[in-house]
Amino acid sequence: MGTGSLLMLATLEGTVMAAVLALAAVGLSLTFGVMRVVNVAHGEFFMLGAVLAWAVAQAMPSAPLGFVAALLIAPALVGALAWVTDTALLKRLNYNPDSTIVATIGLSYLIQQGALSFFGPDARAVAAPFTLRLQFPGFGYSGYKLFVVAAALLVLLAVWWGLTRSRAGLVMRATQVDRNTARAFGINVDRVYAGTFALGAALAALAAVLLAPISQAHYLMGHDPLLLSFIVVIIGGLGSLRGTLLAALVIGLADGILSMLYPPTLAKILATLAVAMVLVFRPQGLFGDRT
Amino acid sequence: MTLLSRRSVLAGLAAGSALSLAPMRFASAQSAAPIKLGFQVHRTGIGASYGRWYERVANAAATRMNDMGGINGRPVELVFEDDGTDPKRGAEVVDKLVSQHGVDLIFGSLFSHVVIGSAPRAGELKVPYLPCSEGYHVASGMLNRWCLQPGISDVRSQVTAMAPWVMQNLGKKVTMVFPDYAFGHDHRDYFSEAVAAQGGEVIAKIGIPPTETSFTRYFPQIPAETEVLYHVMVGPSVLTFVKELGEFYGAGSGPQIFGFIDSLEGVDLASPGLEFLEGSHFWEGHCRHKQPDAPAWEADYRAAVGVDDNGASLADPKDVATYAHMFSVWETLSTIKKGMEAAGYQSTADRQKFVEAVEAMTSFDAGLDHVQGAKVFNGKTHQVFSTQFISKVEAGKLTRVHTTSIEESLYPDAVDYTAQSF
Repeated sequence: MGTGSLLMLATLEGTVMAAVLALAAVGLSLTFGVMRVVNVAHGEFFMLGAVLAWAVAQAMPSAPLGFVAALLIAPALVGALAWVTDTALLKRLNYNPDSTIVATIGLSYLIQQGALSFFGPDARAVAAPFTLRLQFPGFGYSGYKLFVVAAALLVLLAVWWGLTRSRAGLVMRATQVDRNTARAFGINVDRVYAGTFALGAALAALAAVLLAPISQAHYLMGHDPLLLSFIVVIIGGLGSLRGTLLAALVIGLADGILSMLYPPTLAKILATLAVAMVLVFRPQGLFGDRT
Repeated sequence: MTLLSRRSVLAGLAAGSALSLAPMRFASAQSAAPIKLGFQVHRTGIGASYGRWYERVANAAATRMNDMGGINGRPVELVFEDDGTDPKRGAEVVDKLVSQHGVDLIFGSLFSHVVIGSAPRAGELKVPYLPCSEGYHVASGMLNRWCLQPGISDVRSQVTAMAPWVMQNLGKKVTMVFPDYAFGHDHRDYFSEAVAAQGGEVIAKIGIPPTETSFTRYFPQIPAETEVLYHVMVGPSVLTFVKELGEFYGAGSGPQIFGFIDSLEGVDLASPGLEFLEGSHFWEGHCRHKQPDAPAWEADYRAAVGVDDNGASLADPKDVATYAHMFSVWETLSTIKKGMEAAGYQSTADRQKFVEAVEAMTSFDAGLDHVQGAKVFNGKTHQVFSTQFISKVEAGKLTRVHTTSIEESLYPDAVDYTAQSF
């Protein structure tokens, strides 16, 4: 394989990875930014999105219909579960940082074992809405993967617009700055928190639905997205949307390109090393505010 | 002296014969207590699709055995424990089966890292441990005298037997893609050796972690001059692996593809994205699609384990069996019965006699006890040897095109377990 083809394939793989990672990490970043909750169950919300996508898609008569239904239903269900979790669990812990970490660790086990009990231990294939193989010089590539990049970009733009331009985004930002003052201005902070937690989980689930036709749904698939989301959020700066997106792009591309040229484990080692360096020299992250 | 009335004598006679008739199936046993066989099953974790079918086959084999009178006239009871396809849990499961359930022996584990993690504990507890695993770990001498593999041939013998056919029919420059752990390393080491012996060359060896979910990034390492792409993959992502391989090469271009069916075990060949496999070749331990010349007992075996002629579950055609491997569970149980009966096995005190009885075995005849075919057993290395099948994908089905001989699969002994103490 020529160097040009190799670099192109590496860039494509890296871009797909970056897109999925950005979606998953934005959810984690929002939850932390607005609520100051470190959601350890984020990876399991991701997994649940993929498994539900399979459950919904296989109940539908055709692959495109199944995919569209999964795209709408799975994130909504996961979001609803997150809403319930927030009101029934996190709120009762007064969003105490230590307690919520322990609670979400417990939650992650519950979700994982629940998925195992209800949907079984097998890897489930979700059919892509369309099959298109693009022939590049030296290699072929899945057209669906490029669709994932486009879809992720659209969703991220929508999130960006929602946060900066809509009233809901204004309310969320107000709560992020100072929840007591926000409450004094008549904002229902409880609902903002529940909504943010649900939105974060739904974004993870959405990323998983997009990824499911590429890598199948499996009850153990939540580990890697959780780890990588944390890496992205820490490097980008906790709570900073811009930082998260940029870090996702850097980590995704670096992973794609490095793992093409060297053993993929090296890419993971370097990403983790980058986290360590950021924590030592810029603890607030590249774009985080010093608190 | 009281005389017995005719009526009471008849009543007593009836009761007595009822008593003696009722347990007739297991009449010859000194103890009618069931023989408890522990089964280490991959119910969850990356081996779950194998585990599901191994459990079904074990239950079917035990039912058949009990219908035929059990072992030594005693009924067989299986005790399943999930090891999560995790070596650490595997060793704990060995402990639990022995100390809590009091099983007579343990069998059924497949994934080589679980076997290697569990076997030392079985040796310490002095309990026979019979994996159905394919790994070369038994015959290599890595394990101990309590470990026996009479149900399935090992990777070294499989690849040694098939290398000549691959060289002669597909090409001499081979690139290998394998899972980066014990089982895959057996493939890497012994297929390379066999290829070199045939005048071929393995030009690239690409190890992939068995938990990997994305594979395209590995494919650029496949050299352009590759004539044969040899792939063997395990874990939940096998379908992703093969699909991405198809996206990378497309149909009709690229090297000849020779795969171990492990890469598609439990996966429907008609899954979207697998069309490019048409015309490619697979190793099969046991042919998934029923062949026209299948032996007479093949239909009985398929019916017993609930599999149709396409290798899928009778209850759900989408539930494809791990057919190329699961015969090993069935055959291992047949050998356990023979071994226990030869040893006059009565209780856990006879475990050593059982191992010695199996060590004395030399061959198994093909039939319903050994459905995959005739086998040669090496008592010194505790490993069985069998024929191997090479199948070609034709119209979405696997058609057998070559059968290796048992002789082709033999290699020099690396260990003599019989010289070790118990």
